[in-house]
Amino acid sequence: MVTTAISHTPSFSETFFTSLYKVENGERFRTCLQCGSCSGVCPFGYLMDYPPGMMIAGLRADEFDLVMKTDTVWMCVSCYACAQICPSKIPITAGLMTRTKEELLLAGNVPSELQSALENSQRYGNPMGESPRKRADWTTGIQPPVTILGRDRRPVDVLWFVGDYPSYHPRVQYVAKALAKVLNALGINFGILGPEENSDGDTQRLAGERGLFEMLAEKNGRIFSKYQFERIITSDPHAYNALKNEYPVLSISYPVQHSTQFLAEHIDQLRPLLKQEIPATVTYHDPCYLGRVNGIFDEPRMLLEAIPGVKIVEMSHNHSSSLCCGGGGGGMWLDGFQWEKAHARLSEWRVHEAVDVGANILAVACPYEPPRFEDAIKMSQQAGQLVVKDIVELLAEALG
Amino acid sequence: MNIIVPVKLVPDLVEELSIDASGTALDTAWLRMIINEFDDHAIEQAILLKEKTGAQVTVLSMNIEGVDDLLFAAAARGADRLIKLNGDFVNASNNHALARAMATLIQDLKPDLILTGVQAHNDLDGSIGPRISNYLGMPYVGYISGVNISDDKVIVRKEYPGGLIGEMQVSLPALLGIQAAEQPPRYVAISKVRQMMKTMSIEELDLATLDSMGAPVVNRMFQPETTERATMLSENAEDAANQLVNIFKELGVL
Repeated sequence: MVTTAISHTPSFSETFFTSLYKVENGERFRTCLQCGSCSGVCPFGYLMDYPPGMMIAGLRADEFDLVMKTDTVWMCVSCYACAQICPSKIPITAGLMTRTKEELLLAGNVPSELQSALENSQRYGNPMGESPRKRADWTTGIQPPVTILGRDRRPVDVLWFVGDYPSYHPRVQYVAKALAKVLNALGINFGILGPEENSDGDTQRLAGERGLFEMLAEKNGRIFSKYQFERIITSDPHAYNALKNEYPVLSISYPVQHSTQFLAEHIDQLRPLLKQEIPATVTYHDPCYLGRVNGIFDEPRMLLEAIPGVKIVEMSHNHSSSLCCGGGGGGMWLDGFQWEKAHARLSEWRVHEAVDVGANILAVACPYEPPRFEDAIKMSQQAGQLVVKDIVELLAEALG
Repeated sequence: MNIIVPVKLVPDLVEELSIDASGTALDTAWLRMIINEFDDHAIEQAILLKEKTGAQVTVLSMNIEGVDDLLFAAAARGADRLIKLNGDFVNASNNHALARAMATLIQDLKPDLILTGVQAHNDLDGSIGPRISNYLGMPYVGYISGVNISDDKVIVRKEYPGGLIGEMQVSLPALLGIQAAEQPPRYVAISKVRQMMKTMSIEELDLATLDSMGAPVVNRMFQPETTERATMLSENAEDAANQLVNIFKELGVL
């Protein structure tokens, strides 16, 4: 008897499904219960044409090409709420959402705002399209002067990866200056890369530009290898996530800490220096990539508790259930697109929660947040007196 | 259909520009180059035409730092053939010299349609398009924001001041100065550009000696200079009148 192999060209759904298996724990996509928790917890799930649960159903039904014809996947802010709540622990954010964005991007289905942020990152190493030469301009006037490794050529204990927004954004530069003040007060021997630093690339990766992420990571990796330091710290949870979890895959591996971890480690030395009282009710917003993704919940709160006068209250969404500020996964560069779809901003929801809990200060630990929440306060009548401060800014203030 | 797209790199204005020691040119030491925005649209328009008609698209540019990235990115968008032109661009890179040298070379490529950016911010001696078309004896239409090909003709949309659009027919071969492509230039994923770097090759062609005859000579290039500030007169009419009388007296006109 002659048997004939039936030739079969795999459909897009099949190829895509197979590609998900390559993601860590990707085989778990087969274990989806279709419980719908992911779609329900997703802050924008209610307006997606295909929220995550339906996307998985679409894959199984061999109809994923329908998902590819829509653009509401760009509402995903990569906040990990879906992956965190999933009873089958399916890597929904890292696998499904990010891979879908990659395919949309390759097919040219990219909102124009996001396109320019990606082009800027390619060309200038930062999404804002600022001059790389001006990356350390924020350090002007700081005493003692901030060490720039390429210029000052000396080994340091701590390499501070400053990141895009603290380097360039006029509001977030205050956070960078505050961290410099705190590090100087602690007598830390630290330095920055200045013009040689490139965007960490993590948000570009989560917005579907894997190749760009790799390019930026390789550039940073080459620069890291030029200098002598013991560990890296960063105030940016996205940079922290990249350096801790993604760069090692590309053989770029250094000990890394978020600045709140680093400062919490120095709490005994820091506490006596915090003499200036800040009489305020403070609520802390857990950044997605510090809290939910990397499990750092206690250190930021420990630092706030060390400030005399501070009373901490928790918002209804806190710790691992924290609500995204809306800036992740490319959301920072999709403001107009997401506004058109939702006529709401996640940052505004969050500000309402802070007001409801009676806070005067909304404390944050991610550079996306001060401008996002301050804009949200302007849009929200009842939030008049609420002030947004990075934890590091509060510490710098308490130093007097 | 053979579409040729000559493009150029121009100084990127994200960096502050400085003048070199001669005082007649930009200091190139810190210059970062970027594709001329209008040329970027010309490439996009060529690719859109390729997608509609199956035309072959050749992108060519001067061989200076950054040209490879420019050409590979064009390939990732769909360009079929990449050419870089060798020449002494340090001493002669004005449009008079370039047009003269490029015309012969473009002629050899047997173009049906040439698309180029309508202008560039560093065109000190007029845009290059009309000059090339003159040497090639082809019709030129500039400020184009839409192109449709039918047989040996193209129908173009030309922008006029005040938001007016003219539609006109141009016989081929022709050269069009592109103001805007029908769609904004598309995004090219880095992975696609990297793939092109592995699979595509860039041809090199030598330009004949660059002859700047006819181009203006730059006597002095300088940063905007602050002139004397204006003096604000009082808002009170009486005082203002007195101030004016004094000023006129000082100037000797009263």
